[in-house]
Amino acid sequence: MSALLEVDDLSVAYRAEGGDVAALRGVSLTAQAGEVIGIVGESGCGKSTLAAALIALLDANADVTAGEVRLNGRDILSLHEDARRKLRGRDIAMIFQDPMTAFSPVLTMGDQIIDFQQHTGLSRAARRERARQMLLKVGIADADLCLRRYPHELSGGMRQRAAVAAALMANPALLVADEPTTALDVTMEAQIIHLLRSLRTEINGAIVIVTHHLGVIGELCDRVYVMYAGQVVEEAPVDDLYHAPRHPYTRALIACDPGAIATRQGVLPTIPGRPPDLAAPPPGCSFAPRCPQADATCRSTAPPRVRVSDRQAALCHKVVP
Amino acid sequence: MLGYAIKRIALALLILVVVMLGMFAMVFVIPGDPASIALGPRATPELKALLIQRMGLDQPLLSQIWHFFRAAATGDLGIDVWSKRPVLDVILEVFPQTLLLGVVSLGWAVVLGIALGCLAVIWRDTFIDRLLGVLSVSMISVPSFVIALYSLLIFAVWLGWLPAIGAGQKGDWASQARALILPSFAIGVTWIGYIARLVRASMLEVMGANHIRTARAFGLPETVVVLKYALRIAIVPTIAIVAIGAGSILSSAVFVETVFSRPGIGTLITGAVEKRNYPVVMGTVLFMTAFYLVVVTAADLLIARLDPRVRDVLRG
Ligand SMILES: Nc1ncnc2c1ncn2[C@@H]1O[C@H](COP(=O)(O)OP(=O)(O)O)[C@@H](O)[C@H]1O
Ligand SMILES: [Mg+2]
Repeated sequence: MSALLEVDDLSVAYRAEGGDVAALRGVSLTAQAGEVIGIVGESGCGKSTLAAALIALLDANADVTAGEVRLNGRDILSLHEDARRKLRGRDIAMIFQDPMTAFSPVLTMGDQIIDFQQHTGLSRAARRERARQMLLKVGIADADLCLRRYPHELSGGMRQRAAVAAALMANPALLVADEPTTALDVTMEAQIIHLLRSLRTEINGAIVIVTHHLGVIGELCDRVYVMYAGQVVEEAPVDDLYHAPRHPYTRALIACDPGAIATRQGVLPTIPGRPPDLAAPPPGCSFAPRCPQADATCRSTAPPRVRVSDRQAALCHKVVP
Repeated sequence: MLGYAIKRIALALLILVVVMLGMFAMVFVIPGDPASIALGPRATPELKALLIQRMGLDQPLLSQIWHFFRAAATGDLGIDVWSKRPVLDVILEVFPQTLLLGVVSLGWAVVLGIALGCLAVIWRDTFIDRLLGVLSVSMISVPSFVIALYSLLIFAVWLGWLPAIGAGQKGDWASQARALILPSFAIGVTWIGYIARLVRASMLEVMGANHIRTARAFGLPETVVVLKYALRIAIVPTIAIVAIGAGSILSSAVFVETVFSRPGIGTLITGAVEKRNYPVVMGTVLFMTAFYLVVVTAADLLIARLDPRVRDVLRG
């Protein structure tokens, strides 16, 4: 049986003035119904581009140079724009990073959440009632008041709860959340993570959570894809990733995770160096310039994808099965 | 919101007072005795004295100003020296013509400007977008009196499709509407270009916003995204510009009314200046300033209504 979501060797490039930016380079991933997938990596590694490809809403200057995104076996990127639009908000829903700007500032929350259900064909009154029920479910006690409010009249946490509610109302086969907690403070972040966890069982489809924060992954996900410079450098079940990371980049990420080290050291270690320029990626391994184990082969030859178990693989010369 | 409205209106009144003081200063700074200029070289001293008295020029300056303010506050703008009718009546008789001309000109400009602006956004970076850009800039750069003269030549004189002068027959709507086409177009053309450029720029900015992406991520049709989610925000700077433009539209109306010999504030004020009919000049300037301030203040309040964030900041 094929997976609910299959990303197959996807490459996306942005047309830009200083030359094309290869934001995704041969990304493959799968997700089964009921699975929660995490995508983690430093900022700029192509996570949001991948999220946009998953909802078939890439920027106008983005080109899919290779590969496919298949939802239930259908390649959604090759569909006509109108067919893609009809998938969104129905089969695919998205929760965005910044709840401050994700809603229109000049329309009430109710007006927008009602619009977002347009494909249901229900009357506005019926959609409003659905919205009210869902807002109660995500923990907004005064749902009526929330619907009458403008976004700026709500707290960041409330807005993100409303965004979660809007996405859940689509009852999607695929729910994508791009940095759903990054713009929130620590308490709010914990609340939203708790909310998403408690709602996991409500969602029949697959969930993809994009974040640069490993803590979020540990709390929510079943399997993880680690991205670096537009590539998936390691994939593994969450426990294996934490306890037996194989790619040097994954190890560095875990070493830098504030949750893991704050109590021990008090200073935040960072990975030395910077990610490569995606307009001109290095010839060998993208991580070689920053990798403590790198040798001449790493710098000149693209690394192989090495399977270490049936569920874990790493893109590295130094990993042995 | 109420506090803001009161503040805006108080500011408008203050501006009005300053304009009135400025006008007084001008009448007294301009060399020559208005009465003798008005009556010409053959005026008798008695006639001159009578006119001076009627215009109130024999009173001390401060008392003149005081009387003018007091009378103006009750809607009394003085008496037309020539027709001896109240100035306000004279103004109100022709003002609807100017208002109609202004509103129709703006109507063209707003409808066509927004439509062209949205088209340019939908077809952005294509040949159509560039064509609309060139068209808009040419419309902005041609002064309205040039358009007035050429359109008069082409459509009225050569082709004879539309009337050259006047405001149409009284009571005959069709002829009045035909008489409006050329003058309103002459005034509106510049603004079509302006508004098209402005709408395009602010639309493009808004279309890049995160909440537009959200609307698309929920599969809203592009027309709803453009018209409900984007235009509502993009229209705000346009309203501000149009309100400020009301002033310049009134001044182009002065030209255009003269070119097309339409009755209106423009013809009234040019005639009054030629005849040194000071009460009419001052009354008209005051009236138009007041009208302009009403428009700008109303636009400010409308913007505050359209954008709830502005509304809240103002509520304090
Ligand atoms: N619309 C765009 N045009 C050009 N370059 C872009 C665009 N969006 C993203 N990029 C570039 O693509 C790369 C990946 O960006 P992104 O997917 O946003 O990464 P992440 O979400 O991991 O921070 C970055 O180098 C970014 O500068
Ligand atoms: Mg991102």
